[in-house]
Amino acid sequence: MIENIKGVSPYLIEGIQLTLLITIVGVLIGFVIGAFIGIGRLSKNKLIYSFSSIYVETIRGTPILVQIFFIYFGLSDLFGINFDKITASIIAIAINAGAYIAEIVRGGVQSIDKGQWEAGRSLGLTSSQTMRYIIWPQAFKRMIPPLGNQFIISLKDTSLFSAIAVNELLYQGKQFATTTFVYFEPYFMVGVFYLIITIPSMIVLRMVERRLDV
Amino acid sequence: MIHVKDLHKSFGTTEVLKGLTTEIKEKEVVCVIGPSGSGKSTFLRCLNLLEDITSGQVIMDGRDLTDPKTNINDVRTDVGMVFQHFNLFPHKTVLENITLAPIKVKGLSNQEAKDVAIPLLDKVGLSDKADVYPSSLSGGQKQRVAIARALAMNPKVMLFDEPTSALDPELVGEVLEVMKDLAKEGMTMVVVTHEMGFAREVGDRVFFIDEGIFMEEDTPENIFHNPQNPRTQEFLSKIL
Repeated sequence: MIENIKGVSPYLIEGIQLTLLITIVGVLIGFVIGAFIGIGRLSKNKLIYSFSSIYVETIRGTPILVQIFFIYFGLSDLFGINFDKITASIIAIAINAGAYIAEIVRGGVQSIDKGQWEAGRSLGLTSSQTMRYIIWPQAFKRMIPPLGNQFIISLKDTSLFSAIAVNELLYQGKQFATTTFVYFEPYFMVGVFYLIITIPSMIVLRMVERRLDV
Repeated sequence: MIHVKDLHKSFGTTEVLKGLTTEIKEKEVVCVIGPSGSGKSTFLRCLNLLEDITSGQVIMDGRDLTDPKTNINDVRTDVGMVFQHFNLFPHKTVLENITLAPIKVKGLSNQEAKDVAIPLLDKVGLSDKADVYPSSLSGGQKQRVAIARALAMNPKVMLFDEPTSALDPELVGEVLEVMKDLAKEGMTMVVVTHEMGFAREVGDRVFFIDEGIFMEEDTPENIFHNPQNPRTQEFLSKIL
């Protein structure tokens, strides 16, 4: 047992690094997408509103596994766009998290009292200045807890990329299992490795929440 | 200073303002009174286009607000507004609340904006509160900061939307004092208010509005002691 745990650990340490890389880069890009799409969902411009809404509903309405297959195999087949596996994974997380973050952004911005807009506008600030200096800083504070949640969800979603043989945490465990015919220890340890990341993340998040008093 | 011509405002199919026409002169203090739902706040909010105007015209200091070519942000820098619920920026200190617009809109440096803000804080009696956050202020203090914030843009007109309605009774006085000083200095003011004492003492004219129409506009003297319109009489008999 201990031996098998020792045996699988180096594989998993390698895997978790890739899992973290895909998650962190993906969620960061997803945040940029989400900020624009989320604000787009509040736009009075019908084109911007429609585009943002279609984006959010399409992504939320399809499984991430379908999305990664589409990006990795589908785009390659039809357009000859060949992403390497890691890039494809980062894109999938970014696009997927982007849709959920868009909803977080929309909710955060909408939760700010209308009077804040009016105060900004009545002072002569433009609507983008009002957003940037008055609404966004307040809304962002309220977005932190759900953004933290989304980070943890996206982290776990990366395990689906084992389906396209990305060497992330689950795939590394699976590789060990199928070559050694030992199944308990690798999958048990894969779970432990996810918890090593997720539990401290939740604790940090709780601390940040308390500090910001949201 | 402000010309209002046949101003109509509808929300969906509900017509709230049904053709208002008036003129407000420079340095005049106009108090707008009327029952709730009469359209008095909507009227005020049309004067800086916080509400779009359905039809009619508002000319503010020579600029037609309904002309799409008018830069509304420019107009708003000349029109200060004070809200019932203060609407201070909770994530900024008192000083930052006041300096934000001068810095971002007028392009003042931090120091220049501070030089504008400090005397204003002094004027509203809150120079010791520059570095605190709004959450630690009382309602009366918040509203005085809000007045200082509006004044920092050096407006030609100040709009007050029920500035004392959300205040505890004992805090109303301090806000009215600041407004009185402002009136004495010759600020053009339009005040939607329930403070009849203020309207009587400070107002040059009082508009009584009901069902989206100016039922009566006259000096406070005449409105309060000799109202002509039966609706005015009825309203005043209920509140005085």
